[in-house]
Amino acid sequence: MQAAKDPAVQEHHALVGDRQDLPVIAPGHTLSSITDKITSIVLRRDTPLAWAASLAFASTGLFFLAISVAWLLAKGTGVWGINNEVGWGFAIINFVWWIGIGHAGTLISAILLLLNQQWRTSINRAAEAMTLFAVACAGMFPLLHVGRPWLAFWLFPIPNTMGVWPQFRSPLLWDVFAVSTYATVSALFWFTGLIPDLATLRDQAKHIWAKRAFGMLALGWRGAAQHWERYEVAYLILAGLSTPLVVSVHTVVSFDFAVSIVPGWHATILPPYFVAGAIYSGFAMVLTLMIPLRSVYGLKDFITDRHLNNMAKVMLATGLIVAYGYVMEAFYAWYSGAPYELAMINNRMFGDAWKSYWALILFNVLIPQLLWFRNVRLSPVMLFVISIVVNIGMWLERYVIVVTSLERDFMPSAWADYYPTKWDVMLYVGTVGFFFFAFFLFIRFLPVIAVFEMRTLVPARDPSAKKGVGATSSSTKEGAHP
Amino acid sequence: MHHETPTLYGVLAEFGSADELVEACKRVKAAGYEKVEAYSPLPLPEVGHALGHTTKLSSLIFCGGMTGALTGFGMQTWISVIDYPVNIGGRPFFSWPSFIVITFEMTVLFSALTAVIGMIALNGLPQPYHPLFNSAAFERASRNRFFLCIEAADPRFDLAEAKKVLASTQPLLVEEVPH
Repeated sequence: MQAAKDPAVQEHHALVGDRQDLPVIAPGHTLSSITDKITSIVLRRDTPLAWAASLAFASTGLFFLAISVAWLLAKGTGVWGINNEVGWGFAIINFVWWIGIGHAGTLISAILLLLNQQWRTSINRAAEAMTLFAVACAGMFPLLHVGRPWLAFWLFPIPNTMGVWPQFRSPLLWDVFAVSTYATVSALFWFTGLIPDLATLRDQAKHIWAKRAFGMLALGWRGAAQHWERYEVAYLILAGLSTPLVVSVHTVVSFDFAVSIVPGWHATILPPYFVAGAIYSGFAMVLTLMIPLRSVYGLKDFITDRHLNNMAKVMLATGLIVAYGYVMEAFYAWYSGAPYELAMINNRMFGDAWKSYWALILFNVLIPQLLWFRNVRLSPVMLFVISIVVNIGMWLERYVIVVTSLERDFMPSAWADYYPTKWDVMLYVGTVGFFFFAFFLFIRFLPVIAVFEMRTLVPARDPSAKKGVGATSSSTKEGAHP
Repeated sequence: MHHETPTLYGVLAEFGSADELVEACKRVKAAGYEKVEAYSPLPLPEVGHALGHTTKLSSLIFCGGMTGALTGFGMQTWISVIDYPVNIGGRPFFSWPSFIVITFEMTVLFSALTAVIGMIALNGLPQPYHPLFNSAAFERASRNRFFLCIEAADPRFDLAEAKKVLASTQPLLVEEVPH
């Protein structure tokens, strides 16, 4: 760092820590430069053509979603590839995949906050948005999988004319509570984080309707010290609550499998292995989104190589836990000596679905070992490619777990093959479209980086402030009536 | 209560840095003012300490969480043991370990709702109108400047005195804020 003699740069290092060679924010930024840079993405009057084109492209996915849901509701779940033996298919694969992706957002916003990791600050907002949209996609699948979604409220303990209640000893019901709580808490956490930034947008906006819209959403926030005091308590406790919550959600998702007796599902390693897999796939998706985002919007000052490096390290660590899970699955089968477990692992490795199994080993275990190299971790292109590879690998993992175990369980008379139909694929593509559609809207209309949290990374003063000692004025706004 | 102008909300001073704001808070408190509030674009715990702010929000959230835990566990117990007992795989009706997951989720749900709704309600939000929004300078409170306001509702408030105290803290600007 050749500008290290500059006192501003020295102070910057004192604030953000200079033990790391890569900064979490580029030197030279001030409270106003951070504010202007981030809010200008939202407040610019012209809509970028590339953004409009991306939104239009994503909305074709929305179109697929509408058609595939309409056809499903008209015809029933028979349009999917599921059958008596393989009742879960794409719906559950995609549910687990999406909800896993969501978990990285919570990890970044909550767990890294509790661990006092400053590098979370510029990526938490977008990662939380990703969580919300991923959970929305995840929620659609079980809802549609029940066949008659208009009766989905039966899942909740609501008094009804039949006098019956849900079955509280079933992990499937635990899942209803876990996922709905997760969706609610994620939305609360996200909105709470947005309130001070919405106030900034209200004050920065020039257009009267933008001012009014942000003004209403900001609830009248004015940054009073007493408000900040309560705000910080609420935010910290939300982080403390979200941390065990996110672990519980994927644990309960794994209970959907592990509490059954199906070979390949009935294992005690499933909860930690699922939670690690969720974080793994989630960080992959964060990288998939952040790498183009920071390039297109010129945010490399805020989302620096330090962030990419750290996220890659988290991916490497969680990927190794997942790899341990794969090894243990095979070990359990061998060590238990149980014929059904042995047949299961044999079928996964060398049965009809062998290509999926070895592809997932390649994508989730072998290729990500490149992340040991610092040059790879600092190369946005390589990271982007690896993140896509891991996204695919983690989808294949859920495919192998859900489908191979159900296709070949105990009795050959109960064996069946599973082939997804075009409606399965179309619905999946539809949710991907929905996810990106929502994310593009978020980029345009809300600050993608938490402005007030970024302010804590620079000296808390305005270097351009000129002293006009004791100057008295009454710069009252027009229209205000004293 | 004595007002110079009955429609005055208070006197507002603007500062260029958090350190100056903290210093001003201490000085204004030392001068005996009680109804004083600081405004900043980022959370500054030192300012809260200087002004003597505290909050009971964490106790409130604890109560919310306990309510959630009791609701979750009580609901499952009442439904599974009293209202409609069903034999599920020969387990006892009061199979409490099965109820723990939902009890935990309800605890988290109630705590989180208490945290957010409690924070918003205790802060008196949503509040679409506030006298400070009459000040054009105050728009910078959400960007890069720091503000301190002595409110006219303070029992010791006297316009000339308040301006004098604020001017002595080396602000960038002192102005009257109408109601």
